[in-house]
Amino acid sequence: MVLKIFFPQCCNRAESGLLVGRWISGHDSAVVLAVIHYPFIPAQVKQYIQQMQAQSRVDLSVLGSWSLPKDGQEGMESFLRDLSTIFPQERWLQIRRQFGKTGFSCEVLSRDQICRKDPGEKAEKKKKSEEDGGDAEREDEEKVIFIHYEQRKVMLSQLHPVEAQESGSGSEPHSELRQVFGTVARSQPLFVLDRYDDGPLRSTHWQSEGREASIVVELLKQASVPLGLLLSRMLSVWTWICSARILSVFPLRFLSSKLSTCVQLSYRTERLQTLCAPQGAPQGAPQGAPQGAPQGAAHMDFMRKANVLVSILLDISLGVLLMSWLYRNQNIAMLASNMVPAADRVAQQLEELLQWLMGAPAGLKMNRALDQVLGRFFLYHIHLWISYIHLMAPFIQGILWYGGLSACLGLTFALSLLSDMVALFTFHIYCFYVYGARLYCLKIYGLSSLWRLFRGKKWNVLRQRVDSCSYDLDQLFIGTLLFTILLFLLPTTALYYLVFTLLRLVVVLFQGVLHLSVDFINSFPLFAMALRICRPYRLAEGVKFRVLCEEPGTALHLLMEINPLKCSSVVQTYRTPTYSCYPRDSWAALVKKLFIGELIYPWRRKTTNNLGRMEHLFVSTYPLHHLLIVDNNLR
Amino acid sequence: MEDEAFSNISGKAISLDCQTHSSFCREFTVSSPKMSIGKVMVYTCSVWLIAYAVFFFTENTTVLSSAILITLTGMMLHIHFVKVDHESLLVIGSLGIQVSSSYASGREVTTFIEMSRIKDIVINEAVYLNQIIYYLCVLLKEPSEPNVVSSVVPLFQSSKPRLNCLAKVYESCQDILSNHNENKWFFCGHTFASVTWQM
Repeated sequence: MVLKIFFPQCCNRAESGLLVGRWISGHDSAVVLAVIHYPFIPAQVKQYIQQMQAQSRVDLSVLGSWSLPKDGQEGMESFLRDLSTIFPQERWLQIRRQFGKTGFSCEVLSRDQICRKDPGEKAEKKKKSEEDGGDAEREDEEKVIFIHYEQRKVMLSQLHPVEAQESGSGSEPHSELRQVFGTVARSQPLFVLDRYDDGPLRSTHWQSEGREASIVVELLKQASVPLGLLLSRMLSVWTWICSARILSVFPLRFLSSKLSTCVQLSYRTERLQTLCAPQGAPQGAPQGAPQGAPQGAAHMDFMRKANVLVSILLDISLGVLLMSWLYRNQNIAMLASNMVPAADRVAQQLEELLQWLMGAPAGLKMNRALDQVLGRFFLYHIHLWISYIHLMAPFIQGILWYGGLSACLGLTFALSLLSDMVALFTFHIYCFYVYGARLYCLKIYGLSSLWRLFRGKKWNVLRQRVDSCSYDLDQLFIGTLLFTILLFLLPTTALYYLVFTLLRLVVVLFQGVLHLSVDFINSFPLFAMALRICRPYRLAEGVKFRVLCEEPGTALHLLMEINPLKCSSVVQTYRTPTYSCYPRDSWAALVKKLFIGELIYPWRRKTTNNLGRMEHLFVSTYPLHHLLIVDNNLR
Repeated sequence: MEDEAFSNISGKAISLDCQTHSSFCREFTVSSPKMSIGKVMVYTCSVWLIAYAVFFFTENTTVLSSAILITLTGMMLHIHFVKVDHESLLVIGSLGIQVSSSYASGREVTTFIEMSRIKDIVINEAVYLNQIIYYLCVLLKEPSEPNVVSSVVPLFQSSKPRLNCLAKVYESCQDILSNHNENKWFFCGHTFASVTWQM
C-alpha cells in the first residue's frame, strides 16, 4: 500500500528533530504538523504532546524523525534512529533530506522491526538488509508519496460543502482530505510555542516564518464586545416598544404588514438580533462533541454574521450617499416642486384617456349608456384624487425632507419608502383596476353560467362538473334575455378592464423592480464574495495537485494547492435568506387570471401569518357562482 | 511519450501525451486542434464588411467602433471561456484522480476526485443521431453505499478522442486503479447509454 505523508512546506528547511502529527486511520496516511528540535528531553516531549492533545482534541503523536544534517551534526542520525525505541509507535517514519537535493528519502519501520533492533548491532543489520533486500527497500521508498501543503492556508481554509452535522456519534468524515483539513485547523494550540521561545521545547511550524497579527483586527475584536452589548440593549428596547399592545390594534397591524417600509424594518431588526446573539458554538467546544462538527457550524455562523454586518454597513453607506445628494443644492425643493405638476399631468392624461374611451375608441362602437356611466364615475374619482393632491401640496416638501432622513438607516429603507409612496400615489389606479376587474369578472361568470343555461346544462356544485338540466320555459326566457344583454355589454367592460389592467401592471412592474433591488441588497453575501476575491484559500471547493520535479529513485513529491470555490457557489451557499418576493404564479396561470378577471397580486411574500388570511378574505376573489341568484332561484 | 496519429470524432488531429511520474502516478494530456487562422479571418472580415455596409447607409461612425469592440470582446470571450487548449488527467494511486482543462487564454479549471469516491473508470458508448461515440468516464460512488453508482463524470469532453486513444488511457488507468483497489478486474465496460452529447 502506498503511504501518504502530508508535509508542511514551512518544515522543509527545519533543523533535525522529531516529527509531531497525526496518523489518519483507514487511509494509510499521516499529517505532519510540526518538528520539535534537538535538544529535548523525551519525557517533556511526551508531556507536551499529551497537553496539546487535551487542548486541541486531536490525536497527536510522534510520527518519526526528521534529519537535515548540517555541518558538525554527523552523529544525529544514529541518535534519531534510537529514538524509535523511546516513543513506541505502530510505524516509525525516518525522513532524511540533504542540502542540495530536493527530494526526501523516507524509511518506514514497523513495530516488530523496531523491537528486533539491538542497540549494538544496528549498523550491521542495516547493511545486511541493504544487501539482501535492496530491491525491496527501493520499492518501499517508491511507495511513499510526500504531499507538500501550505500550513497556514490549510489551517484557515474551509472545505465546501460545509458539513455541519450535529451528530453525537463522533464519526470521522469519510473523506481523507476533510480529515487532513480538520486536523490542521484544530491543531491551533500546537502552533503557539515556537523555536524562538524560551521554553523547554523548540518547534518549527508555520508561525516560525514570522508571526502575523494585525493591530486593527485586535482593536476591533476588543471593541466589538462592548459595542455588541450596547446594540443588544438598544434592540431589546426597540422590540419591547414594537410589541406594545397598543400597536396590535387591527388596522395598524394590517397596514404594517402591507407597507414595505415596516416589513423592511422588522427584517432589519431580526438581522441585527442574530448579529448580537451569543455564539452558537463557544470557543471551548462542549464536551463530547464530535471532532468535525463544531468547526463547520462555527464557520457558517461566523460567515452569516459577517455577511449581515457588511451588508448593513454597505446599505447605510449607500443611504448616506443618497442623503448627501438629496440634501444639497435644494434638490428636495426641486423634487417637491416637480411632483405636483407631474401628478396633474398624469391626471390630465387619464382624463383624456377616459374621454377617448367614452367616444369611439379605435373605431369600436361602445354601448353609449354604460360607457357614459363608467366614464363619468371614473372621471369623478380622478377629480377627487386631484383635489386631494392639491390639498397635500404644501406638505410634500416636508414629507420628502423627513422621508429622506430614513435613508440614514439604509438605502433599502429609502427604496421601500419610495415603493410605498408610489403605491399611495397610484392608489386611484389600483381602485380603477379593482372596479374594472370586478365588473369584468362578474360579467364573465354570469356569461359562462348563462351560456350553460343556453345549452341546457348546469354546473353541479356537489360533483364539480357540468350536468344536463331541464329548465322551464320562463327560466329559459329570462336566462336568454340576460345572456344577450351581458354579451352585448361585454366589449365596453372589456375595454375598460384592459386599459386599467395595463396601467396597474405598469405600476406593479415598477414596484417589483424596487422590491427586487431591496431584496438584492439584503441578501447578497458581500463579505463572502470579498473573501473569495481577496483571500481565495479561505473558501475551498477542493484541492489541486501538481507533481514537483523529482529526482529518479526518490519518492513522489506532490504539491497540494487549494482550489477556491466558484463565485456562483459562493453566492448560493452564503445567501442571506430574506422575505423575498417572488412571482406567485407561472406565466400561464397569470394570463389565465387576467383573462377571467381575477385580481392579480403577482408578488408573494414568504412570511404568512394570521393577517395574511384576513387580507385574503378582504381583497381576493371568491367564487361568484353562489352569488348569482339566477341558478338557485330558477330551480 | 508516444505520439501516434490520433484524431477526434470529427476527424481533426489531436495529440496524446503520457507521462509516468512513478509506478502509481501517471498523467495523460490530450491536446485539441488549435484555432485556425482562416476561420478567424473569415469571421472578422464578414463582421467588418457588414459594419461598413451599415455605415455606408447610415453615415454613423459609432457603427464602425462598435463593430471593432464587438469583434475584440467576442474573441476575448471565446478564448477565455470556450476554446479548450488541452485537457489532462492525472491518476495518483490511492489518492485520487485530477481532471483539468486549460483554455486558450491560460485559464485552468481543475477538479480533484478522491479515491474513496471512485468506483471505476470505464469507456461508455453513446448513441447520437447516426453515430456511436465512445467516451471515457469516471463512475463515482458514495462511501456509505459502495455498490451504487451515484454519478458519472465524463472525461475529455472538449477534445473528444476516438476509441484507440481512449483505450490506451483506459489500460494505463486500470493498471494503477486495480493495483490499489484490490477488488475486481473490470474489462472495457461497454454500457449502452443514450446520453445527450453537446456537439
